[in-house]
Amino acid sequence: MALRRDFMAKEEAIEVMATVVESLPNAMFRVELENKHRVLAHISGKMRKNFIRILPGDRVAVELSPYDLTRGRIVYRYK
Amino acid sequence: MIICKSAAEIEKLRLSGQTVRKVLEETREQVRPGITTLDLEKFVERRLADAKAKPAFKGYRGYPCCLCASVNEQIVHGIPSNRRLNEGDIVSLDLGVVIDGYYGDTAITVPVGPISASLQKLLRVTEDSLSLAIDNARVGNRLGDVSSAVEQHVVSNGFSVVREFVGHGIGRQLHEEPQIPNFGRPGYGPLLKEGMVLAIEPMVNVGGPGLRVLKDNWTAVTADGEHSAHFEHMIAVTSNGPDILTRL
Repeated sequence: MALRRDFMAKEEAIEVMATVVESLPNAMFRVELENKHRVLAHISGKMRKNFIRILPGDRVAVELSPYDLTRGRIVYRYK
Repeated sequence: MIICKSAAEIEKLRLSGQTVRKVLEETREQVRPGITTLDLEKFVERRLADAKAKPAFKGYRGYPCCLCASVNEQIVHGIPSNRRLNEGDIVSLDLGVVIDGYYGDTAITVPVGPISASLQKLLRVTEDSLSLAIDNARVGNRLGDVSSAVEQHVVSNGFSVVREFVGHGIGRQLHEEPQIPNFGRPGYGPLLKEGMVLAIEPMVNVGGPGLRVLKDNWTAVTADGEHSAHFEHMIAVTSNGPDILTRL
């Protein structure tokens, strides 16, 4: 069966809501997901470039890789 | 990552490959004017059960059948239906099985009764382009050598290659890396190593390379309604040259 090009390209990241719990060095944060899991998340390059500040208590959107669910990337900070 | 298979794994893939080819060759004998593609599907289903092989396509991303039967302007992934084959048609039959966790995948395009000289040329050029591609699947070559062999032969005969669909690595999954386009540049792409198993499948159109996918989300047809042919073999790259796992 022929393969549709780019079907296999990448597995989608999972985007979930989270709350920032703790700010860590190197723009890393510990965030708590809605399912109460705590994961280590860093800030996406785009947010870092635009100086989006993140403080404990902020609501954020986090992308998780399907391979390693203990790490994520903060892609959006809600106002 | 491209998974290289051990000699033992290649033998398992050969079993799957030869089994699927055998069923496909038997299905070729069934093709005649008046038969529907659904009849062919039922035949395949019975023969797979006899051979104790599981169909690989049924349920794959929601595909409803064991066989892909693509008539005339259909390029690939035609879902078997009540469409009757007429004399002068061509039908591509693509079949996959899984035996003991290892996949086999192969395709042929079959004439229905006597066909026109131009369609005969289409089938010949497509099958020859597959042979040329296989001949280039050697240790130390690059994937681009395989891809460009298809493209050059097809284009020099005035046909075009489909770009949206590609061949693929195969093994414990139906689709593994790498993707194998039927066009490319010689000397580019991943280096071929011993133990790689590739499903090479040129899809060749009489007219332009454009296509669209019908509302069933599967059937790919040529944009200009011209005929299209499709052949596929599974090969292992070995130090003794390419080893066709779907040859009886």
